Amino acid sequence: MTLGLYPGCSLKGSSREYAESVITVAKAFNINLEEIKDWNCCGATAAHNMNKELSLALPARILSLAEKQGLKEIVVPCAACYSRLTMTKYELAKDPELKAAVTDANGLEYTGSVNVLNIIQMLDKYITPNLDGRVIKPFDHRVACYYGCLLVRPHEILKFDREEDPQSMDVLMLKAGATPIDWAFKTECCGAGLSVSRTSSVGRLSGKIIGDAKDRGAEAVIVACPMCHSNLDMRRDAINSYLGEKIDIPVLYITQAIGLALDLDRKALGLQRHFVKVTV
Amino acid sequence: MDYPPSVIMRMLQTGIPNLEDKVLRSFSIWVCLTCEMCFARCPMSIDIPKMMDFLREKSINEKKANPKAKEIVAFHKSFLDSIKYTGRLYEIGLFVDYKARTLKILDDLALAPKMMKRGKLNLIPEMIKDRSGIASIFRKSNKKNKN
Repeated sequence: MTLGLYPGCSLKGSSREYAESVITVAKAFNINLEEIKDWNCCGATAAHNMNKELSLALPARILSLAEKQGLKEIVVPCAACYSRLTMTKYELAKDPELKAAVTDANGLEYTGSVNVLNIIQMLDKYITPNLDGRVIKPFDHRVACYYGCLLVRPHEILKFDREEDPQSMDVLMLKAGATPIDWAFKTECCGAGLSVSRTSSVGRLSGKIIGDAKDRGAEAVIVACPMCHSNLDMRRDAINSYLGEKIDIPVLYITQAIGLALDLDRKALGLQRHFVKVTV
Repeated sequence: MDYPPSVIMRMLQTGIPNLEDKVLRSFSIWVCLTCEMCFARCPMSIDIPKMMDFLREKSINEKKANPKAKEIVAFHKSFLDSIKYTGRLYEIGLFVDYKARTLKILDDLALAPKMMKRGKLNLIPEMIKDRSGIASIFRKSNKKNKN
């Protein structure tokens, strides 16, 4: 089967291992991911902080292109892009005037018909039902499933999982053979877009997340967002200096952990690209 | 944060222009990460993150952005400039532009070679074909904005 894919900018650059692992796992289940042609950046935090119309027009262009390409359903692995695309669909559906302004700015037809899936929804819908017998190398580790902000909030719009103590990743990891732990920082913010402009805040916020995961005996942190990943992995020096100790618990994308359980090639899952060595 | 979100809501609620001005000049509105936690837990279901977006846009348009937020605003501007010209985020371009705006030349300099080694930095930007379409989106959505 074929499913549309909106990779977003991070998955083409600093988080290319997320793209690699998504594509590798999908391929193992004969899912062909068709990239939206000539896609643009969703605008991310910068656009919605500075200019509302721009923050809706950029995601709307992506959704219009998907419609034009005949894609009925797309997967958006980046939680931040998923949030922007879903929020745009919501805003444009309830405000015809805004929709007209955005369509005019984009010069493209927009109906809002494309179904947008985050990575967990995609895995649940197309991979989990066929997982039986495929887990040949159970991911037998204690894992802290970290959801962050934009995968589960705001619940009124995303309508995915629960906003306090979500479970969808925990259930998936359980099926992959892991032992998900109960911990306190599942949905706390990692510092997100302040990574460059206020690295010290990221060290503190992400530090608390990694610190709690360690205190509760996690052997790996599992994520579904490139921003969470880069803050928890690439900013580990800032985290360790905040905590005053050296913590080397690796951070894996959920698709990498599932890929390992399926015994897929480690390099194809991009594990060598991490800053904190993946020893699990 | 100079004022917590609950206090910002109260300040706006009073309708006193001087307090609104203080909110627009506050550091809080820029250090807010839009994590959506306050909205999730607000007993009155106030969409605070959406209000924060509105306040930030107004603060920029009225040139009231808090001086302590200089780097944060510079980062957003560099980010949007990168998309405006190539359609997608070009990370090296973003860093160079941000450094030029803030003169934080040495910050994160050690990170670039480490990212490069791991194949996480593209030397050449990914250019989309319809760049004039993107330019037009920026032009039309900027009509109401001064930035």
